[in-house]
Order: sequence, then structure tokens, then C-alpha cells
Amino acid sequence: MLEIKNLHVKLEEEDKQILKGVDLTVEAGKVHAIMGPNGSGKSTLSYVLSGKDGYEVTEGSAALEGKDLLDMDVEERAAAGLFLAFQYPVEIPGVGNMTFLRTAVNAQRKARGEEEMSSAEFLKVIREKAKSLKIDAEMLKRPVNVGFSGGEKKRNEILQMAMLEPRMCILDETDSGLDVDAMKLVADGVNALRDSGRGFLVITHYQRLLDHIKPDVVHIMADGRIIKTGGPELALEVEKNGYADILAEVA
Amino acid sequence: MALPQAKLDATEARLSALALPEGGWSDPARQDALARLRAMGLPTARDEYWKYTRPDTLVTADAPAAAVLDQDDETPLFAARDRLKIVFVDGVFSAADSDDLSLEGVSVDRLAEAKDIHWAKDLYGVLEAQGQTPVARPLAALNTAFASDGVLIHVTGKVSKPINLIYRHEDSTSDAILHHVIKLDAGAEATILENGPAAARFNQCIEVDVADSATLHHIRAQGRDHERRAATHIFARLGQESTFKSFTLTVNGMLTRNEVMIDITGDDAVAHVAGACMGDGAFHHDDTIFVTHDAVNCESRQVFKKVLRNGATGVFQGKILVKPGAQKTDGYQISQALLLDGDSQFLAKPELEIYADDVACSHGSTSGAIDEEGLFYLRARGVPRGTAEDLLTIAFIAEAVQEIEDESLQEELVERVAAWLARRRS
Repeated sequence: MLEIKNLHVKLEEEDKQILKGVDLTVEAGKVHAIMGPNGSGKSTLSYVLSGKDGYEVTEGSAALEGKDLLDMDVEERAAAGLFLAFQYPVEIPGVGNMTFLRTAVNAQRKARGEEEMSSAEFLKVIREKAKSLKIDAEMLKRPVNVGFSGGEKKRNEILQMAMLEPRMCILDETDSGLDVDAMKLVADGVNALRDSGRGFLVITHYQRLLDHIKPDVVHIMADGRIIKTGGPELALEVEKNGYADILAEVA
Repeated sequence: MALPQAKLDATEARLSALALPEGGWSDPARQDALARLRAMGLPTARDEYWKYTRPDTLVTADAPAAAVLDQDDETPLFAARDRLKIVFVDGVFSAADSDDLSLEGVSVDRLAEAKDIHWAKDLYGVLEAQGQTPVARPLAALNTAFASDGVLIHVTGKVSKPINLIYRHEDSTSDAILHHVIKLDAGAEATILENGPAAARFNQCIEVDVADSATLHHIRAQGRDHERRAATHIFARLGQESTFKSFTLTVNGMLTRNEVMIDITGDDAVAHVAGACMGDGAFHHDDTIFVTHDAVNCESRQVFKKVLRNGATGVFQGKILVKPGAQKTDGYQISQALLLDGDSQFLAKPELEIYADDVACSHGSTSGAIDEEGLFYLRARGVPRGTAEDLLTIAFIAEAVQEIEDESLQEELVERVAAWLARRRS
């Protein structure tokens, strides 16, 4: 599904190497988690994959279902099936949540040569999906993320993911700013989307999200590289002993 | 004080091309206005109030030519609405294109049909004259003196449908001077819609008297013709518990100066004046607003948004004057520009002048580029860059558009803006 090879990335504005050779393959139907200390390059990886400005790939490749991601515009990557759930979802005053989502869904469909969704069909689907995430009609009408609480913003991300039905989902610290109940709600939303054709990359600091979204593979990232890969037990080890042991072990 | 020779010369040059119409009941007001105009002279680039907008082409003897835009790609604005149509072609009332002007709750007369007496005598040129202090507005005095047509609208009750003033432009050198008087009796309610480019050069003055507890909604769209020039003035007087809400959409136009003067004279009144403009290239748009609070517990809002690209210029001169005793005033003013490139500019002069001690007044003015974070977020969801920029642009003007109370009118105007943006990208 997602194949990252020897990815090297530096900041465009300054001569600072952030990713120093990341190798990672996420198979369809699998959930991979990336954990790692602050500044290890986890969020940079998610931004580079989704096409944010400000980063320069100096070496390596990233492909989604065999297609070169790094060669595509941001919106082309989305239409190809890549989805990033933002750590800090952006507020967009003046653009209604519904308008935004319908525009996005239909833009992606159009880009893939599929038929656009009618207003009636869209309404039916979004109401159903919003309900399971406890997003009410009022939230759907409001401008995108404006005045939303931290939990509401993250639920809104998952709603977008559910509507867009991407092939590959990257969740960037989706647990940050969430209380236990909100985290459960978000995790349920993610779990509902798990299926054999979809891959997940869950970026997190803490093991607790992984109690709710059970990963198949756990990677530890440090200083721009993946330094250790294992099963779910690796996350528990981090929770118990911190990163220090692992860092020492590979050093 | 004697006027500078240059101003005298410019004024006489303009006047030489004009003749006072036979005005009947309005003749004395026209004579007074001409005297006012001679005393203040026409504006020149040296005038402080015209510092950001060059008045030259508004005061030449002949109107600079403006090509007539063939607008076949869009149905005329408001066309699908049930409304009373009043049509002017190059500044001349057209009975053939207009509806029968009888409608319950309102009487409509032509200014050009000069009789000896008319109710408008108490207002014509009166509100304009009051609006000449503390700042002179010579183009409005010129209008009162020389207006060749216009309508006198007396609203006595709740009018069942909007009155739509439509201004067609068919002659590339037309120089139209229109003057309307709108009077709302106590408790009356009406909506006035205006649209169309009007003329190559358009000088318009509207005097509005909103009596106690009356409500007037005014929604205006100034037409797409690229080369047109316009100087408009609205002088509104608000009575107790009255409401006046005015919104203007301007797309294109080489030069537009919209002045709005609101005099709040009755307690508990509400005045909102808002506007959005879309300019590309040779576009200069000036909103000059002056709201005077002279009563207790009144609310005023000024909300202006300008979208500028390819060297377009936006100007905002907005003032809130709170007179002594106008306690509990709630005044708000915001002017913002979205600069879509580095060539465009926004010039803003917000002013507050307050002589009462128990008031809440706030103002702000910003200019900036499109929000990159928002753009990335939209694109990351699959919205193509162009569409995302349009969405963010429409979002930018939303605060102004939302000043229109009727949501269907909001939608109709936003569609026009979306179409304008789409044309820019095609």
C-alpha cells in the first residue's frame, strides 16, 4: 500500500536534515504505529507524504499503490487515496463544514473519473456517519473547525476520513488533546474504517491510543530514522521504560 | 475663504457642460445646491478627503468613454425574484422596461416629472445639505443641482415585494446623474435592490429618511462593466428604533467611490453598512463612510471586505462620530483586504471621534494574503488549489455578505462572486 524507501528530507529554508533514511512499508489491511520522542521526525514524515510546502526530499522515494507520491500535487495525493488526520486541524472561518466536505468528496470523485455525489445522497451519508461520531447537525453547519473543542476537531477529522474513504490513512497524534472518552470515540471511528483494503499509519507519543486502535506493527523512530520495529509489545515496552532503553540499545 | 484658482477652473469647466433641469418643486433646492457647489468647488487631488482616490475623471466636462459589456453569460441579478422593476437606461427612466409602479404600501413618482408640489420637497437636497458638514461632498451637491431623473419612493406600510432599481448601460459615453428620495413612514418596511452598471459615468445620490420603528434593507450590486466610473452618495437619517441595513457588492469598475453618511437621530436605532468588492487590474474602489451617533443606545456596524489582484486598489475611509450625550453607543467598524498578489494595495483610514463617556466602539483594519495553512488543509482533502483559493476568498467576504438579512439574497450575491472568480481562472 504505502512504500517508503530511504527517505531523506531537509527543511527548505534552512540546512537542517530531518529525515535521514526512512524505510517503511505499510500493507493493505494493516495498522502500523510510529512512536518516538519529540523531534524524531514523525510529524515531518506525515507532512512530506501529504505534500506540505517547506520540505525538500533529498533522497529516496515514497509510493502509494506503486504510484510516486512525491511527484504529485497535494490534492492529487488526496485523490489517489492518501489521507492525513491533522495533529492541529485548521480553522477555516466562513466555509461551512458541509460545503467543505461536499466539495472535497466531489473533487476527489471527479479527479478519479467517478460520478459526483448528489446533495441528497451526500446528506444521507454524512448524517449517518456524523451520528456515530456524535457530531450533531449544528457542528456540520458551522464553519470548518471554528469554535470546535479539541475533541470536536479530532472527531471532525475522523468524519472527513469516513466520508472520503481513503486507501491509506495517516493519523498524526490524533490522541493529543483528547480525554479518555473522546479518545475512545475517535478510536471507534478509526476501527470502523479498518478493512482489508485500507492501510493505517498511526503516529503517537503514547501507548494509550494503541490500547484502542490495536496495531499490527510498531516502529520506533528517533533522529530521522526508524530504529526498531516489532509487534504491539514494543509499544508496551516504551510505555513501561520510556525510549531511553531502546535508544541505548541501538546506539 | 476664496477657492484656489485650479479648483475654480475645474468647477466652472464641469458646470459649463451642464444645464439646470426644469425642476418644478425641486427648483429652489437645485439653486441652493448649485450655490453650495460653487462655494466648495469640485474635488481635486489636493483635497484631504480625496487623498487616496483621484477625482479627475469624475469631474471632467465629458464622461470618459466606457465600453458596454455584453453580459450574456449571466442572467441579470434578482431576475428570478418577485419584485417591482424600475428601469433606467443610461440614466433615463424607461417606462417600457419598468413595471406598473403601483404597489400596495408604497407610492413611486419620477423626479423628472416636475410638478409644483411634492412631499419630497422636504427632503430633496435637505439631507444632502446636512451631510456637507463636517466634510464637503461636492459631487453630491452637483447631483442635487443637476439630477436629470430618479425616483421618489414613499413607503407607508409593509411592502410585499422588493423594489428593484435597474440601471442599464447602453451608450459608451453616457453620463448619468440620478437622484432618489426614499421616505419611510413610522413602522413602514421595505427592501430596495439596485443593480446594473448605469452609465459610462454615474453620479448617484440617494436620500433616505427612515422614520421611527421603520426598517429599510438596501442591497446593491454595481455591475460588471470594466470601464465604468461611479460616484455614489447615500444620506440616511434614522429615527427612533428604526433600522437601516445597506450592502453593496462591486465587481469590476475602473473607478468607484461609494460614500455613505448615516445620521442616527433617534434612540435605539440600528445602522449597518457593509460592502464587498472584487477588483482585478485597473480597478479602484473607495468606500467612504461617516456614521454619526446623536441618540442614546444605538448600534452601528461598518463591515467592508476587498479582494484585490493584479494591481487593483482598495480604499476605505470610515468614521464613527459619537456626539455628546449619545450614551450606550455600540459602534463597530472593520475593513479588510485580501491581496491576491504583491501588486495590489489597500489604503485604509479608520477614524473614531467620541464625545460621550459610556460607549463601546471598536475598529480594525487588516490586509493580508490567502491563508496558506487553510489552503494546505483544503488541498489535503482533495480540493484543487484553484477551488480552494475560491472557497477561501468567498469565506473572506462572508462577514460582509452576512450583513444581508435575507439568506437567499446572500446566496445570490455569493454566486456572482463565485462566477467572477471562476472567470478569472478560466
